[in-house]
Amino acid sequence: MSNSGESESNKARAIVIGHGDFSAGLVSAVDQICGMAGRLVGLSMMGLTPEDIETAIRAELARTGAHVIFTDLPAGSATLAARRIVKEDASMVLVSGVNLATLLDFVFNTAVSPSEAARSAAERGKASLIVVERS
Amino acid sequence: MGIHLYRIDDRLIHGQVVVGWGQPLNARFLILVDDLVASSDWEKELYRMAVPPEMDIYFADVATAVRDHARYAADPRPGILIAGDTESMHRLAKGVKAIGSVNLGGIHHRAGRTERLRYVFLTPAEEQQLRELEASGVEVTAQDVPSARAVPLAEVLEGQSK
Repeated sequence: MSNSGESESNKARAIVIGHGDFSAGLVSAVDQICGMAGRLVGLSMMGLTPEDIETAIRAELARTGAHVIFTDLPAGSATLAARRIVKEDASMVLVSGVNLATLLDFVFNTAVSPSEAARSAAERGKASLIVVERS
Repeated sequence: MGIHLYRIDDRLIHGQVVVGWGQPLNARFLILVDDLVASSDWEKELYRMAVPPEMDIYFADVATAVRDHARYAADPRPGILIAGDTESMHRLAKGVKAIGSVNLGGIHHRAGRTERLRYVFLTPAEEQQLRELEASGVEVTAQDVPSARAVPLAEVLEGQSK
């Protein structure tokens, strides 16, 4: 259900959760590109009730000490669960609509706090969406 | 137009509803029928933020949904009604005779429930409510996404872990 690294230099700083194998795929892609998958914990919400999704996220946040949650769809159950967590804990940050560019920016950006890194990563992710058409 | 889909889904508003069903049905409004959500401003705001700008969302407890159903059904736009559990849909259908079919979209594992489909787990009481729903003339099928086969209730209840 999850994968994470435990060494200090590669400590998990964020949870990634989404539909199907979305998070596993993204974390795997991060690992292939830069070998920093250990800075992320991938979770799947397949087959889970809303309560179970929230419990799973809370458990991984507690286990890893991470303060950032990346989710796929703004309308997804994981996003709703994460919103409940953020509402209770001002130190938590949620970024929905995560993509690979977002995560790559985040895992490299260790000089700032996780919440600052999350904001910067979200901007990078937005900027990575481009449309190319033959003119 | 009116309500194109009556769905039981314990995740309420989520990707399968908003995108999976919402796009092919061109849904322009959602009715979330849930007593708890309807009584909490925070819960309503949470779900409101999950809905894209082109969709309206209405919140109702079961009694209000029974009262306002004719208005929802007369809406010129296509819509989706979602209840979070079999009990809410059972109560709604008792008060609204116009419901022709109900979609089981997601009732996930919980203590006391038995797996009927990958995304449908039911207690004996929930099974009974669904049987009563069908006996009252409402067609009950399980179908998580539009591209999947609609599985009739009898088939859903036939066996375990199908």
